[in-house]
Amino acid sequence: MSEKLAILWPEIILFLGTCVVMILGLSPRIEARKACAAVAAIAIVLAGIVGSLAPSGGSALLPELMNYSKGLIAIIGLLLLLLATGTVDRAEERAIAAGQRTFDPLRATRGEFYAFFLFSLTGLMLCASADDLIWLFLALELTSLPTYVMVAISTRGTRSQEAGVKYFFLGALGAAIFLYGFALLYGGTGTTNLTEMHAYFAANGLNPIATAGLVISIVGIGFKIAAVPMHFYTADVYQGAAASVSAFLAFVPKTAGFLAILAIVAAPGWAYGTSGESLPPELRVTLWVIAALTMTVGNTLALMQTSIKRILAYSSIAHTGYMLVGVIAGPGDGSFTQNGVAAVLFYLLTYGVLNLGAFAIVACLEHDRGDTTEPDEADHIDDLKGLCRTKPVMGWVIVISSLGLLGLPPLLGFFGKVPLFTSGIAAGEIALVLVLAINSAIAAFYYLRLVNAALLSDPDPKGETLRETPLPLRRVAAVVATGGVIVLTIAAGGLMTAAEQAGTYAPMTHDEAERYLEAAGRASQAAELPEAP
Amino acid sequence: MLYLLMAVPLLFAAVIATRPPEHARWIALVGSFVALGVTLFAMLQFSYAFGGSTQLEAHTPWIPALGVTLDVGVDSVSLLLIALTALLGPICVLASWTAITWQQRTYYAWLLILQTAMVGVFAARDLIFFYVCFEFTLIPMYVLISLFGSTNRKKAATKFFLYTFTGSIVALAGLIYVAWWHARGAGEWTFAIATLGETARQMPLSVQMPVMIAMLLGFAVKVPLFPVHTWLPLAHTEAPTAGSVILAGVLLKLGTYGIYRFVLPFVPEAVAVAAPTIAVLSIIGIVYAGLICWVQTDVKKLVAYSSVSHLGFCVIGLFALNHVGISGSVMYMINHGLSTGALFLLIGMAYERYHTRSMKELGGLAAKMPVWATFMVFFAMASVALPGLNGFVSEFMCMMGVFQADDAWAAAAGSAAQVPGSTPGPLGPWFALAAGTGVIIGAMYVLYMVGKVCFGPLVEPAGHDQHAHGDGHEGDHHLPADLTPREIWTLLPLAAGCLVLGLYPSPVLDTIEPSVSNIVSLYDDRVELPAMMPTGDTDAPADRPAEVMP
Repeated sequence: MSEKLAILWPEIILFLGTCVVMILGLSPRIEARKACAAVAAIAIVLAGIVGSLAPSGGSALLPELMNYSKGLIAIIGLLLLLLATGTVDRAEERAIAAGQRTFDPLRATRGEFYAFFLFSLTGLMLCASADDLIWLFLALELTSLPTYVMVAISTRGTRSQEAGVKYFFLGALGAAIFLYGFALLYGGTGTTNLTEMHAYFAANGLNPIATAGLVISIVGIGFKIAAVPMHFYTADVYQGAAASVSAFLAFVPKTAGFLAILAIVAAPGWAYGTSGESLPPELRVTLWVIAALTMTVGNTLALMQTSIKRILAYSSIAHTGYMLVGVIAGPGDGSFTQNGVAAVLFYLLTYGVLNLGAFAIVACLEHDRGDTTEPDEADHIDDLKGLCRTKPVMGWVIVISSLGLLGLPPLLGFFGKVPLFTSGIAAGEIALVLVLAINSAIAAFYYLRLVNAALLSDPDPKGETLRETPLPLRRVAAVVATGGVIVLTIAAGGLMTAAEQAGTYAPMTHDEAERYLEAAGRASQAAELPEAP
Repeated sequence: MLYLLMAVPLLFAAVIATRPPEHARWIALVGSFVALGVTLFAMLQFSYAFGGSTQLEAHTPWIPALGVTLDVGVDSVSLLLIALTALLGPICVLASWTAITWQQRTYYAWLLILQTAMVGVFAARDLIFFYVCFEFTLIPMYVLISLFGSTNRKKAATKFFLYTFTGSIVALAGLIYVAWWHARGAGEWTFAIATLGETARQMPLSVQMPVMIAMLLGFAVKVPLFPVHTWLPLAHTEAPTAGSVILAGVLLKLGTYGIYRFVLPFVPEAVAVAAPTIAVLSIIGIVYAGLICWVQTDVKKLVAYSSVSHLGFCVIGLFALNHVGISGSVMYMINHGLSTGALFLLIGMAYERYHTRSMKELGGLAAKMPVWATFMVFFAMASVALPGLNGFVSEFMCMMGVFQADDAWAAAAGSAAQVPGSTPGPLGPWFALAAGTGVIIGAMYVLYMVGKVCFGPLVEPAGHDQHAHGDGHEGDHHLPADLTPREIWTLLPLAAGCLVLGLYPSPVLDTIEPSVSNIVSLYDDRVELPAMMPTGDTDAPADRPAEVMP
């Protein structure tokens, strides 16, 4: 118990921060409520520092995963927080500032918003340290449940509420599916502990019930990472929510989903197939089809959009497909070039930073109608026209982010993709790598449209009401994300080493597994389990 | 040294970004001349006796986790292409001197950045570094075309970007596959081109084939080879003059250089099998593009299609797989850069004066612009390979290489040694004959164009005169009727190059010799293909040259 607690300090810090924010958020004084964001930021920074310095722990199969993930979560989380400042209650505060209304504690939702924000990050960090199915389920749900509320309250419009409801129902469906998968896994192996499950698989091999459990779990978690066929909500929800919350959705649940998928597929491990170095065939085929479909569907549908948020939503689906290649490839011999797990972890970082920059543009540009209603986000692709000339900073943010997401060398996205290529080829998945290559080319169509609009078009004459948001922290987030792209491109080597270490996979041999089960008092039980029909 | 060569344009681009727009073109000019100077210095340091080995090397680790480095080094072919790039640098700046009047900082900065990327491609000795530079050339070119091109520029730029990006990402997959093959054998990942080449050659044919197809997809788009050439005429036509010059002069050479540097030395067995197919594609490109040229009324489009045709010669020369053919092809890369680059300059100059490129609206300009017409005729002759000018040397060598590369012929002649420089190869006289029709077509369309535009009755676009003499018409800049000294100085170096390389090509041929030998030696001890061996005289060509039949 105590060693479990020792690795959970980051989560505890975040949780304490959440409590403080919740209480502060109830304060009748507006100053206290405004401090919520600051408290949240401090909690995230502290959690990040503690998380990356803490002794490693978590799952015994991916022993180094935790620290890297928590550091990553804290960095991107902090940027997301900067971006999310002032998302809720803007109309209210404008009215107060204009003297039309006085502060009414009952109408303000600021405290709740930041509390849910922190709750979700807590869940995400818990995913990184999970070593048990029950824990994993709770962590995944702790990540997702607050996001349903965040979507719904992110703007005052009915669209957000519709998006929130849609997200909630489909999210519940997804959760039900993977919970069913978890149940089958327990039924097939007699344990919920992932290390013990791995030992069971290593000692006794797969059985049909467990295999079905694995496949169903993956499909269910597909909701979190927005993979086909669980991707339908993505575009509508991202469009309905405020851009800052969409950026949150594009990173936080996705990262949680990938950490969960890695934890689950690590249980059977990559020791099956004809060469003995791939996932169990059923699982491999499932993931293969999901990956190929996800990137193709995401990229193809993104071609037809005119809303920036919808483009980014479909592109985030495509990126899920790319990362699944790394999951299929597996850890290989552990070196960075062959380690698909490390490739996924590195890609999560590159994707997180680049995607944040792209969403930040939508959050930073708005049409001001001049009254006390909320300003509309500049979500149409035409709003980007001539941005590099009229608002150079914002223009270059979107140009660099788009080209980075496209994977154009020498930007960061390219170095995210190369390990996916190398690990995929090393694992013998040549066909899938070709699908990945072709999809990268398709993606060029719509990312170029963004670049084209911002860099090369003349400003839209209708865009007179377009202005930069008065919220300075959002602009800081956009600029920091883009600066980060450049800095991380130069420093990619060090990060790759970190990702390589984080992707360490420590499977058990058959003998070790039997000893482990014996020590756990399950040897006889394992032997007694009937051969499945 | 090579880093310096790459850093200079970048540095000046940065300076441009911080200075007022009026200074941009001067800074760019100084920058490109400094780069030219550094290039000349590098050429002096190069030891030509060992031109086949990598020289002026520098090693810098970049991303150890991936095995990626920033290693650079040049052999003689890379060096010559870098020299071509550096030579075109100042010319491009001068060519844009009056044509670009808006957003000058953007224009000149991207021009210089493009130069850095191109030098990087030729200098890189690391696969990923090569690829980074190769891809990065897209961005400056994309910006140059879509901001400074003519009416249809957006579409042209997008098409250019998408075609080449798609091709090269498949090529990347192929190249990474080679790297993995190496890693599997050697136990560690490296992207050093020389090392990977050695590994790649040991791959069995069944593996070499897909790798070759992947690589060719990437490089053929860039060349461009039929049937993936469709982006080029559009991009050329829409690009600003300097953009066209760089596109024709250097960017297309990235494709042939890629074939020279990767396809030929990496997968010789597959290349030997596929050479006839590629040759047929090249010939289709040569003839088909030539015929299209013939019916063009837009002068710039005509020259653009002629590029497709010419690059067909370049590729077929490479795939002759013998000394003459490959040397000729490398010569062709440089010559085409000089002569076609100059033709684009000339068309740009005429366009600045008349604002049209249509042959219907231009004619007999020799009367109005004698100097311009002189240059036009000169470069047109260089382009159709008039003996004594540079085009002749390279085109003749390419054809010669193709002609000689015939298994049947070599075998019938008793031994390859009877015809100096000839090696058994998969092509032969029939291929040469087919490609030769392209030469004739080339002469027809170029002479037709020159005859129409330079000679004959004077035709000028309606309303030109009042514009030229009226004041304040935007874009005219009160250019005199004929060329200004600046324009003449832009063209003279290219003309000198054409003449020198045409009359006395041996220094260049000697320079590239060692590098070409390295590649040809891979094919010398190749197992001859049984299908190509003569089994009798049944299917032998009737017009087999008499002098080699004893």
